[in-house]
Amino acid sequence: MDEIVKDFLIESGENLDRLDQELVQLETDPRSAPLLASIFRTIHTIKGSCGFLGFTRLEKVAHAGESLLSRLRDGELSLTEESTSGLLAMVDAVRRMLSEIQTTGADGENGYPELLERLKQLTAGQTAGKSQNESEEVRILPADGEVGGSEVQELQSSTTTAAAPDSQPEPPQVPQEPPTHENVPQHRPAPGKLGGLLVERGQISSENLAVALGEQERGDQRRVGEILVALGLCKLEDVLAAQHIIEARGREQGTDTVRVGVNLLDKLMNLVGELVLARNQLLQFSNSNQDPGLHTISQRMNLIASELQEEVMKTRMQPIGNVWNKFPRTVRDLALNCGKEVRLEMEGQDTELDRTILEAVKDPLTHLVRNSIDHGIEIPATRARMGKPASGCLALRAFHEGGQVNIEIADDGAGLNLERIRSKAIERGIISADQASRMPDREIFNLIFLPGFSTAEKVTNVSGRGVGMDVVRTNLEKIGGTVDLHTAAGKGTTVRIKIPLTLAIIPALVVRCLGERFAIPQMSLTELVRLESMKGIENVHGAPVYRLRGQLLPLVYLSHVLGAKATKHGMASDSSANQNSQGANIVVLQAESQAFGVVVDDILDTEEIVVKPLGKQLKGIDVYSGATIMGDGSVALILDIMGLAKRANLLAQTHETTRDDKRAAALPSITDDENTLLLAENGSTGRVAIPLRIVARLEEFPSSVLEYAGTQEVMQYRGQIIPLVRLSQMVPPSMPADNDKNTIEVVVYSEGKRTVGLIVDRIVDIVEEKAQQTETLTPRAGVVGSFVTQQHVTDLLDVSKIVHDAVPGLFETDNIDATNQDVATV
Amino acid sequence: MDSAQQLCTFFLEGNLFGVPVPQVQEVIRFQQMTHVPLAPNVIQGMINLRGQIVIAIDLRCRLSLPDRTEAPMNVVVRTVEGAVSLLVDEIGDVIEVDPSTFEEPPETVSQGVRGMILGVHKLDGKLLHVLDTEKACQVPPAAEAAAAR
Repeated sequence: MDEIVKDFLIESGENLDRLDQELVQLETDPRSAPLLASIFRTIHTIKGSCGFLGFTRLEKVAHAGESLLSRLRDGELSLTEESTSGLLAMVDAVRRMLSEIQTTGADGENGYPELLERLKQLTAGQTAGKSQNESEEVRILPADGEVGGSEVQELQSSTTTAAAPDSQPEPPQVPQEPPTHENVPQHRPAPGKLGGLLVERGQISSENLAVALGEQERGDQRRVGEILVALGLCKLEDVLAAQHIIEARGREQGTDTVRVGVNLLDKLMNLVGELVLARNQLLQFSNSNQDPGLHTISQRMNLIASELQEEVMKTRMQPIGNVWNKFPRTVRDLALNCGKEVRLEMEGQDTELDRTILEAVKDPLTHLVRNSIDHGIEIPATRARMGKPASGCLALRAFHEGGQVNIEIADDGAGLNLERIRSKAIERGIISADQASRMPDREIFNLIFLPGFSTAEKVTNVSGRGVGMDVVRTNLEKIGGTVDLHTAAGKGTTVRIKIPLTLAIIPALVVRCLGERFAIPQMSLTELVRLESMKGIENVHGAPVYRLRGQLLPLVYLSHVLGAKATKHGMASDSSANQNSQGANIVVLQAESQAFGVVVDDILDTEEIVVKPLGKQLKGIDVYSGATIMGDGSVALILDIMGLAKRANLLAQTHETTRDDKRAAALPSITDDENTLLLAENGSTGRVAIPLRIVARLEEFPSSVLEYAGTQEVMQYRGQIIPLVRLSQMVPPSMPADNDKNTIEVVVYSEGKRTVGLIVDRIVDIVEEKAQQTETLTPRAGVVGSFVTQQHVTDLLDVSKIVHDAVPGLFETDNIDATNQDVATV
Repeated sequence: MDSAQQLCTFFLEGNLFGVPVPQVQEVIRFQQMTHVPLAPNVIQGMINLRGQIVIAIDLRCRLSLPDRTEAPMNVVVRTVEGAVSLLVDEIGDVIEVDPSTFEEPPETVSQGVRGMILGVHKLDGKLLHVLDTEKACQVPPAAEAAAAR
């Protein structure tokens, strides 16, 4: 495409964005002369440029808008909602045509006749009372829709109006000395006009200018520049260049900025990344070297590289205002659409973010803003009833905090309806009623981030389809951000987003596992725990956990997750065995709301790493988010925490149910129905099944916890004394198990406020199966029947009956003495 | 292949292979590699090629040949997806071949490998296999990763 057209597109795009903003601003301050002038100028520039470039349809649309604006500016019309909408529609049309030019090179077939008509009516709309202007109006916008860009006519019209005369200092200026121009504003000096400037720059001779001016006087309605180009007296480039100069002068501000392509910046960033890596290598080398000269140089190099990195990083930084700029328009349109009044407040527009991150947060932010208006803020009538001001307030705030950028989207609307979310979640089968009752409010609110969740009563074209919030969260998590939600019924909702400043160079923790080094982004890192022995690691039915300040922290062995191919390359696959003798290093990570520990062989160092994408061949592996080059020049993989968590959860699927209630409830996928059975061994061969639904927890304890209360075996469990029932005594197996184990496996069963531990010989598995084909071969107390699962005949237990038989009286509340009552209340 | 073509040749299990010279970025000695756990078998690891991270594909594995015992050489080729290093046994000469000696692979070549071999040049006393680098660098997605999900 033509370089000129390209420039035109870029510039016009920026201008249009500004227009959107200014028009919305204008609505709040309809009489602001500087605003109007600026808007007029912008439209006029676009119109002028397309005249030169031959986009006549585009020019017509722009001109129609300009006509309306000129009347607004001159105070002949006052701004109404309709005229703002009309002008915004014009901006949209121009934008569409520009994108058409971008793709096809022409301004398209659509001349937007309806829009032109609408603008024309708006322009003429309120003029009936002002007879003095009517004739001029007709001349500006002739009935046949012919809108040639003659400024002579326009200026004539402005001279006859009472209001301030033409004050736009914009470019494609009118001929030099036509008789109608006595009252051309004084601040527009002669060289400020296109013709004059071209002569000044020696691009045309004054004779040629005179020829062009003569043409115009003879009735040619085109502008001087156009005539010059048409007559071949001047090059198009020169005219446009001159136009730019005039524009720059018009803005009356020195420009000390340079337009640089994003590609170039990206390349610079990459090179700096390389430099940082080279510096790391140099530092490592110089540390192992005694030469003082080398030390000095490498230190200096280190400083320079760091500074350079910082500065280059800055070039990619853009204020978040760049994204927010389009919100006033979005908010206005949406509010009108929904019949609501919304006031938009923005704070911290100049908070800077890396360009790539800015791109990534654009859509989520837009979605959240739309959500706030559509769902959050109430219609004025409702607000009045609630005693709130009729117009709602949507506040956007951005600020830096702890190396991260915080963005808040707060509305003072209705807030989220806890009950509605709860019931919706139950209705959708996302959580069970039981879980719902146990979940803290905050987590219930966070359910709206799950896929397919929407509480909107009806689907509007704005939102309510339930695809939004999960996308918001996924998109933000992709760039290492988090999103959190606070709400108060009737007071409003605040969504807080935390995102990293940059993605290109990140601090990371380097760990070793399977003889390779891996980098873990520090964003998700919460702490490091060193265990001197493996004693601290316990098992919940095979799933390793660690008690971190009283909370069970699920553990993932990195070597196991990555172990699939470990032996192929002869890597140390016995890493877990090593740990048994040497203790373990736990890296505590946070993925979504889930904390988990990753057990690694070695924790090495923290390092600034440059994230490099993985080749296509490795894209399918979700455990890695990229690769980097370490100080010694070798390659290390960067672990993707989300992927790791996903994979680990997958491996430990059956253990979900044994996590503490809070966590389990936060995981909506847990299976919680009749068909899930816990399989255990009774005796050395017998198999029994217990519906998982009635199992509170699974525990493993050393035999030493066993104590006696009278003849009843009991143990201390979570601050209370629970009776223990040996399954093998209640349902005698055919062959007793070897009893030399020094641990006991306990199925914790709760009924009402009572908890009983059922000791089984071994917990085998959890299966999802309906035990329907039960046959009662030999009726035994506590056994419902037998069925086959995993190729074993399995007895389905009636746990309730077993514990009632074993500990008679426990569940009869009348018999309980007062002290017992206390400890039993959890 | 209308005119004479230059092929960069290398050996795999005693067989002579070649890729068109313009596709070859460089040939380097064995490099220290970072293994990628969970990756498909053919991906031997990643190497640092002057700051660029390049995936190394074991051609022996890719072409269903037995595992190698000695340190391989890297033939770094350009593909549409970027540079990829192909691990080969030994580097041969750059050979100029004439289109007249070219023949498509016979039907009897096993289906999986056939796709990666454009054909053979019948040279004096030996056959030169022409490798389709794009195909050879297309690795089926990590099977384990897919299966586990």
